[in-house]
Amino acid sequence: MIVAVASGKGGTGKTTVASCLAWVWKGPVLAVDLDVEEPNLHLFLKPRLDGRRPAALEVPIADEARCTFCGACADLCQFKAITVLGSVLLAFPEMCHGCGGCIAVCPQGALAPGSRELGEVLWGHAGGGRIGFCMGRLRVGEALSPPLMRAVIAQARELALPAGADVVIDAPPGTSCPAIQAVSPADLIVLVTEPTPFGFHDFRLAHEAFLPLGKPMAVVVNRAGLGGEDLHGYCRRENLPILAEIPLDRRIARAYAKGDVVAAALTDLHALFERLADRIGGVADAPRPVPEAAPHA
Amino acid sequence: MPELLVISGKGGTGKTSLTAAFAHLAREAVLCDLDVDAPDLHILLAPEIETREDFISGHEAVIDPAACTGCGQCAERCRFGAVVAEGAGCRIDPLKCEGCKVCVHFCPAGAIAFPARRCGEWYRSRTRFGPLVHARLLPGAENSGRLVALLREKARELARSAGYRLILADGAPGIGCPVISSLSGVDAAVVVTEPTPSGIHDLERVIGLCRHFRVPAGVIVNKADLAPENTASLKSWGAANGIACLGELGYDDRFTAAMIRRQAVTECGDDGPAAELRRIWDRIQEWITRQARAA
Repeated sequence: MIVAVASGKGGTGKTTVASCLAWVWKGPVLAVDLDVEEPNLHLFLKPRLDGRRPAALEVPIADEARCTFCGACADLCQFKAITVLGSVLLAFPEMCHGCGGCIAVCPQGALAPGSRELGEVLWGHAGGGRIGFCMGRLRVGEALSPPLMRAVIAQARELALPAGADVVIDAPPGTSCPAIQAVSPADLIVLVTEPTPFGFHDFRLAHEAFLPLGKPMAVVVNRAGLGGEDLHGYCRRENLPILAEIPLDRRIARAYAKGDVVAAALTDLHALFERLADRIGGVADAPRPVPEAAPHA
Repeated sequence: MPELLVISGKGGTGKTSLTAAFAHLAREAVLCDLDVDAPDLHILLAPEIETREDFISGHEAVIDPAACTGCGQCAERCRFGAVVAEGAGCRIDPLKCEGCKVCVHFCPAGAIAFPARRCGEWYRSRTRFGPLVHARLLPGAENSGRLVALLREKARELARSAGYRLILADGAPGIGCPVISSLSGVDAAVVVTEPTPSGIHDLERVIGLCRHFRVPAGVIVNKADLAPENTASLKSWGAANGIACLGELGYDDRFTAAMIRRQAVTECGDDGPAAELRRIWDRIQEWITRQARAA
């Protein structure tokens, strides 16, 4: 089973929930950090690294000697990554999305595949070997996170399949392409929220964004008791099971601030996350909602 | 006219609560919510929308099932896994389509259309603290960086034409496409962090990003009393790296209480965090003036 922990709003407790789930999971598990812009899961699971590799995007390298300046590449490129001005061919590899179109369309073979460094994929194990671990780290200054996320997902599959491991994904915040990319491989999406006006608002945005994927979703309420928004009413109406409520508790904030896995540091939270892991198994097996129309069709 | 951006790296450190307080204290500013993915500033500012426009950006591929011969060339060419087999032909998954046009160009049957993509809408609004430029990206939509660039351009136009002295923007978490877009051309970035391992880790990366784009950055440590030892090491890291420390705030329920009342914390009283925020805002103003002089 693949579980993605997501949220909409940042700072609601995704990494806390993902680290604790991996910690209490029964059977082989792989914890995957897909927040490649600001990965945090390793700060808590403290994995021992077994390997790393750079991830790159294919971008064009221009060979002006072969170019006839016909402009076919520039006409096709949708990202302003290549331009022909009179008899000058200019490639802007930092703008490129790696579609390969310009290289394929050039009748002269004047564009060769080069590469732009996106960041790196790292993997290892944590919890004394019980927990497999995989993450991506975007190069500072790189704008495109989805292609690096795809490389991390490919690595995670390679690690999880032979081990027969379940997967817990720590997703990035938000509701646009990186968040959708992170929850796409999942069998179940766990939305972590808090009952504050910001938390509730962004939770609804995330729920709406993920609905067209047609995947079962469930909710973990963090800092329960804070804010007073009608999360429970919303979840009842939308048929979203609330699987756990984590209390507003300064001990949890302190454990997090020390870099502890909360379920390892506090016995009552260990029990709470064990119950959450059990209930997650139940929801993933339940029938799925009917997918709705795609959002930007 | 200085442009100030509030960012954080890590989400949930207090960007929007602080931006709203600064908006209240600044008065003469054009406000801008650049977290187009999960905007929250409007919750506190209760904007009255004056103009509303579609945000059309890029295109998406759409296969005509009647014209598709099922040759599969589009699936072979697509680098984004967006082509899905359906019946005897193919279909494009709009959530995966990057809008690159490669399939459109190479389809031997000419069966793929390439309509413009509506990615969301943007608004010019009035609030009790001044004009607000904000947007809503459609769920799962692309081109958040371009939407951020559009909002910044609109905020500049508005500031120029109406003679505002400051543009104050609330940014997105992370260090990717929308954050990079929000940093372009700003005079200074205020980075809100918290003294946790993730807060510190993400701060270092977002400061790295500010350096990369040569934007001066100052730091506010929120929830500083949560782990005083981490706050101390944060501040010494900042000092060693020439990062201005603009202030620190303790963990305080009054932030949540103000949020529930849909107000800035500085509107809810003059003591506690409100008093500290006034001092921090004075410091930010001096700091921006110094940055402007240095530049």
